[in-house]
Amino acid sequence: MAQLDAKIPSGPLEKKWQKHIFDSKLINPANRRKYSIIVVGSGLAGGAAAATLGDMGYKVKCFCYQDSARRAHSIAAQGGINAAKNYQNDGDSVYRLFYDTIKGGDFRSREANVYRLAEVSASIIDQCVALGVPFAREYGGLLANRSFGGAQVSRTFYARGQTGQQLLLGAYSALSRQIAAGTVEMFPRTEMLDLVVVDGHAKGIIVRDMVTGEISSHAADTVVLATGGYGNVFYLSTNAKGCNATAIYRAYKRGAFLANPCYTQIHPTCIPVSGDYQSKLTLMSESLRNDGRVWVPKRKEDCGKHPSEIPEDARDYYLERKYPSFGNLAPRDISSRAAKQVCDEGRGIGPGGRGVYLDFSDAISRLGENVVRERYGNLFDMYEKITGENAYKVPMRIYPAVHYTMGGLWVDYNLMSNLPGLHVLGEANFSDHGANRLGASALMQGLADGYFVLPNTISNYLATQREKVTADHPEFKKTEAEVRAYVDRLLSIKGKRTVDSFHRELGLLLWDKCGMGRTEQSLKEALEIIPKIREEFWSNVNVLGTNESFNQSLEKAGRVADFIDFGELMVRDALERRESCGGHFREEFQTPDGEALRDDENFAHVAAWEYTGEGNAPVRHIEPLNYENIKLAVRSYK
Amino acid sequence: MNLTLRVWRQPNANTPGKFVEYEAKGIPTECSFLEMLDIVNEDLIGKNIDPIAFDHDCREGICGMCSLMINGVAHGPERATTTCQLHMRHFKDGDIIYIEPWRAAAFPVIKDLVVDRTAFDRIQEAGGFITARAGSPPDANSVPIPKQNADAAMDAAACIGCGACVAACPNSSAMLFVGAKVSHLALLPQGQPERTRRVVKMVKTMDQAGFGNCSNYYECEAVCPAEINVSVIARLNREYALGSLKESAGL
Repeated sequence: MAQLDAKIPSGPLEKKWQKHIFDSKLINPANRRKYSIIVVGSGLAGGAAAATLGDMGYKVKCFCYQDSARRAHSIAAQGGINAAKNYQNDGDSVYRLFYDTIKGGDFRSREANVYRLAEVSASIIDQCVALGVPFAREYGGLLANRSFGGAQVSRTFYARGQTGQQLLLGAYSALSRQIAAGTVEMFPRTEMLDLVVVDGHAKGIIVRDMVTGEISSHAADTVVLATGGYGNVFYLSTNAKGCNATAIYRAYKRGAFLANPCYTQIHPTCIPVSGDYQSKLTLMSESLRNDGRVWVPKRKEDCGKHPSEIPEDARDYYLERKYPSFGNLAPRDISSRAAKQVCDEGRGIGPGGRGVYLDFSDAISRLGENVVRERYGNLFDMYEKITGENAYKVPMRIYPAVHYTMGGLWVDYNLMSNLPGLHVLGEANFSDHGANRLGASALMQGLADGYFVLPNTISNYLATQREKVTADHPEFKKTEAEVRAYVDRLLSIKGKRTVDSFHRELGLLLWDKCGMGRTEQSLKEALEIIPKIREEFWSNVNVLGTNESFNQSLEKAGRVADFIDFGELMVRDALERRESCGGHFREEFQTPDGEALRDDENFAHVAAWEYTGEGNAPVRHIEPLNYENIKLAVRSYK
Repeated sequence: MNLTLRVWRQPNANTPGKFVEYEAKGIPTECSFLEMLDIVNEDLIGKNIDPIAFDHDCREGICGMCSLMINGVAHGPERATTTCQLHMRHFKDGDIIYIEPWRAAAFPVIKDLVVDRTAFDRIQEAGGFITARAGSPPDANSVPIPKQNADAAMDAAACIGCGACVAACPNSSAMLFVGAKVSHLALLPQGQPERTRRVVKMVKTMDQAGFGNCSNYYECEAVCPAEINVSVIARLNREYALGSLKESAGL
């Protein structure tokens, strides 16, 4: 078992980050232009990092698969971004944000990382305002805040329902300035297909130009992956269609450890699946649960009826019944599981019986339709666009959906992988959210990593790199040849099934066996079936066209091939983690009243997986989580 | 429902394109326009025909990647709606639907319905930013901004950069897009130091990229999925007039 050194600085929690900055190696401004950095991904983490590193004087190349850096999926985040500003004078502090995040993550994240995140959160808001992000304001001109799940203070900053968009456009504008200044070279419509490792260090990437098909090598002193999460392994998720795990999975195959892949977040309020054609799922903001009441019929026989025909006493407001003190505002993981339970009992509503009502009729009769429209009008409009139903008249139908992934590539306190020279930021790493992420914390982490953490830690690695590696190095030639062979193999199968049909099959299987609830049996079944899907994929997929052209089928094929392998690792991780925590709910491990039952004695650790070659079982390494400041406790929301 | 599609097919920028007819059969009314194209593509692949290439990503109306002319209207018949949020219930069984790419000299076709919109990025690079080094900014509440200014800035900042405004404009003008960014930043105190440089450079880059001028058709506003108001064009003209005057006077 490899020694996983998280390189957490010594000293008291609140001094670690400042001490680490002081102890870090520096590169003087005149020398920075001699160092080159590759950044893959242009979302909040990658875009902010590329812009900031360019501004500092490093030579940066930034890659994204979209047609512009502005389209990264960070753009879709609705609700807001947390920061410990305590502008509301309501008792917030860095320590409270730190504590809420650790507890929300079900005590499965690193204290030092989370504390640092809370510490830099305030600077993120300053930075974004300076870049022109139009956050919501009060009439006095000061910034407005709202509350979010898992917190008792108002610390969430927002820009209408488009916070992610505005933060991303802020980072994109900073990136644009660097592109104009010549410090960042941007490569849109370019997909990373492999990582190049030279003498044990990540020194570059192999990419495919998605317009011409040209496969080329790029060398640098260090590689930064900010390529997002792997939620699309389930096929249906709230992620963008292009989101994929290829960059992190191929880095894993080159020696980077993948940590906690079984931690996936299922968001409770999404528009339900309505048919086989469905290509993605749409989130409805959690804020709706402030005024909407969740219910299903008490009796299965009533499920087919129109909701108005089901009298009050025949309805089961199950969240209010089971969690009287939190009611409809129970946390995400718990609300999602409760919805699944009632549907499993046959009491779900809508097509396929996979849905529950989110009913605003009480709020409308109490407050009037106008007040409800003022608060949630845009969400009701969006709901009507997609479903064709008017939620002022009939209750919304909602169901949980895959939303975010807490697992990712293992990184140390410097955000560097066990594979030297590889840095990983944002959702692509595993670091800060433990087993469950709190609302409005993903934006915070992406920007913290990109604007403030990596720019201060990357020099620790760069300062040790005097030898320059170029793309002429034989390792680049070799890796490039492997990528070409891989692409040719995909194109040469010419089978009978489409890429999407495999993706759907895999997604359904994982949702069924490794979704909201997992058991030893379901996971073992999945491990039996996934190799069969893989075998059929590699013998019967039909990828038309050539490499030397714009070929969306080919792009998808490579991603789905990686999802199949990634899914297997996720299931393996879920099988080995014999406890329930946060988003990972093993049905065997629950309290008598159906809540997640952690096993701190045996599982208060990070599981980091090492690739050991095709066909071999990966090796599970452990990084113990040492809690020096916080006492582990049971999360209760009753 | 069953539909007839007449889809623009063009292998690449250098080869002429043409309309090709496809039957879309058994399309559920609940599905989105792009999901309808997914179904057609699955069918085409089954027949070993190259699927229709189109841009898309978030499929929830915010990333700005989807871009189709549907029966001659950018993003189709629904107001304030991107193509990905357009659903098939707005069409009738037996309809004939024409699907084309954005057409503008500054947006060359890459393949079929996919166009190159990097001209927008170049305009942004010319000045669509506020210079603020990470680590330098003062406390976020040190400069109060009146709510109505912040709201007006947000109205303009809501632009998703899809390019529908250009596609809808008979002059292929990008002034709604540029006006939105110039307005957003000019309305905020943080945007003041670079206000003049910004508008002059962005307009210059816009002209060089081959976008036309505005002659008040307002087609852009009619198709904009983010409901950007044409008043941003008036503001752009005002900002540009003042800005170029100041620049020529060396101010």
